Amino acid sequence: MGYLRAVSPFLGAIVLAFVMQFGVAPMFGAYYQKLLIDIGINIVLAVSLNLVNGFAGQFSIGHAAFMAVGGYAAGAITYYGSFHVFGDALVHHGQGDVLFLAATLVGGCVAAVAGWVVGLPSLRLKGDYLAIVTLGFGEIVRVLLQLTDDVMFKRADIEAASVGTLALALGGALGFGGLPFYTSIVWTYFFAFTLLVIAVRLKTSGEGRAFLSVRENEIAASAMGIDTTRYKVRAFVLAAFFAGIAGSLFAHEIGTTLNPRELGFQKSFDIVIMVVLGGMGSISGAVLAAIVLTLLPEFLREAASYRMIIYALLLISMMILRPQGLFGVREVWELYRRPKVSRPQVRPPGSLP
Amino acid sequence: MALLTVKQLDVHYGAIHALKGLSLTVEAGQIVTLIGSNGAGKTTTLKTISSLLRPTSGDILFDGQSIVGRPTHELVRLGIAHAPEGRGIFANLTVDENLEMGAYVRRDKVGIAADRERALTLFPRLRERLTQSAGTLSGGEQQMLAIGRALLARPRLLLLDEPSLGLAPQVVRTIFDIIRDINASGTTILLVEQNAHMALGVAHFGYVLEVGQIVMADRAETLAKSDEVRKAYLGVG
Repeated sequence: MGYLRAVSPFLGAIVLAFVMQFGVAPMFGAYYQKLLIDIGINIVLAVSLNLVNGFAGQFSIGHAAFMAVGGYAAGAITYYGSFHVFGDALVHHGQGDVLFLAATLVGGCVAAVAGWVVGLPSLRLKGDYLAIVTLGFGEIVRVLLQLTDDVMFKRADIEAASVGTLALALGGALGFGGLPFYTSIVWTYFFAFTLLVIAVRLKTSGEGRAFLSVRENEIAASAMGIDTTRYKVRAFVLAAFFAGIAGSLFAHEIGTTLNPRELGFQKSFDIVIMVVLGGMGSISGAVLAAIVLTLLPEFLREAASYRMIIYALLLISMMILRPQGLFGVREVWELYRRPKVSRPQVRPPGSLP
Repeated sequence: MALLTVKQLDVHYGAIHALKGLSLTVEAGQIVTLIGSNGAGKTTTLKTISSLLRPTSGDILFDGQSIVGRPTHELVRLGIAHAPEGRGIFANLTVDENLEMGAYVRRDKVGIAADRERALTLFPRLRERLTQSAGTLSGGEQQMLAIGRALLARPRLLLLDEPSLGLAPQVVRTIFDIIRDINASGTTILLVEQNAHMALGVAHFGYVLEVGQIVMADRAETLAKSDEVRKAYLGVG
């Protein structure tokens, strides 16, 4: 029973992912189907960053760097792996999808290790200082990726090259072109829904409250017996893992280029904006913000050169009108649940005024 | 044997020498109070005992065992609960969730439920507000929550930092009655207070702290009667 309860939400994630692909997507054209994938990836990014910035209250502005680490690791595996298995880097459904899944998970793990390495020393820092470290980390990743060698595209060369050589042949400043397009709506939403299940469970569990308490008041949290550093690192590692997954989805998506510029500071900041707009700590807020902020620039495309100004103005007015974000820490389904205030009509003697 | 022994404690904030060779003992089963004016080092003492601050020298023994340098979260497991100054409640969690966090280090569900019930019996106001965000409580209620939450760790030693801070006199009286009840059921308490009158009223033993040093130590009722304390802290004579 307990086992079933633990697994069923993840089975639900698979079912929902297929519903998205075969139920929802056919209602739209190819352009909107790509937007649907963009939305899914942004949901993964926003909800995972929310684990760090919202749940644990640590302000990280280097999320795109973890995305880059995961994306490049996964991309290198599918690209060079495909040459070894199939002799080219085209999409081979079936076996190729398995390779893609494995690469994505490895990408997530590599990003998680990066998260741990960055998190362990820097999470002793607070507020602005942590933000600066994560920003610096993002820049380091970007610069290192720009220094990598050209992508190899001849089968003979690739088969002759060592793993070390291949790991450095990531395209440099030009980007890692030629990756097979495995990212589909099913894959994207499978990971998005899986992350959502984890995030919701985390928020409503005792463990999740430990995260929230670290954010609320670190001193009080440690006075409760919570090892605050460990929790912060844990949030960081989990968030980095899913950023890596999102990186892999991004890398294998049609119409995107995996290059260091795309995954720089600007991208990190876009994700931060989603979390802030949705409400720090609100999962459904992050989802909604990811949807809105993915669609908004597209719909404003009509306004052409003015669209970034309109976009910025909308964000500014949003922050003035609702500085706590759309939902604050609450969830969509909690909005209509008013806090129960039960004031007794007659005060019992000796009680407080 | 004393439950807590602080020996020759020195604490610095940068160049500022906040505690100067402070020593005190807390006997098991007692309420011991540390009184003094603003900036005397009362909060610093509590924070050092619960390892939120690190002493430059000196030793702290809990149950005969040195606890200097051990992280705060481990001390909770040993049985030291700290209700920090300014209450330190988790404003965005509900009252019930705050209480649940108090029992974070414990796994015995039956015992936790019993202690939760006990805290709610001590503070009936909290029971009325269980599902409310803790941030919406009044100051007095927040203080009750901070104490109730600390009790859920089932501490052997409860460190209370200024429970009367910013509260109406009637609320202060209620809180001190409850502090006495908590002690009567077996919890040792180290109470830091500016409100010397109330603190000496409930305590067994008292220390007077002035600029980082203990200047007087005696039974609480003796201190309450002494001329120096009456003049300096009780506003008499």
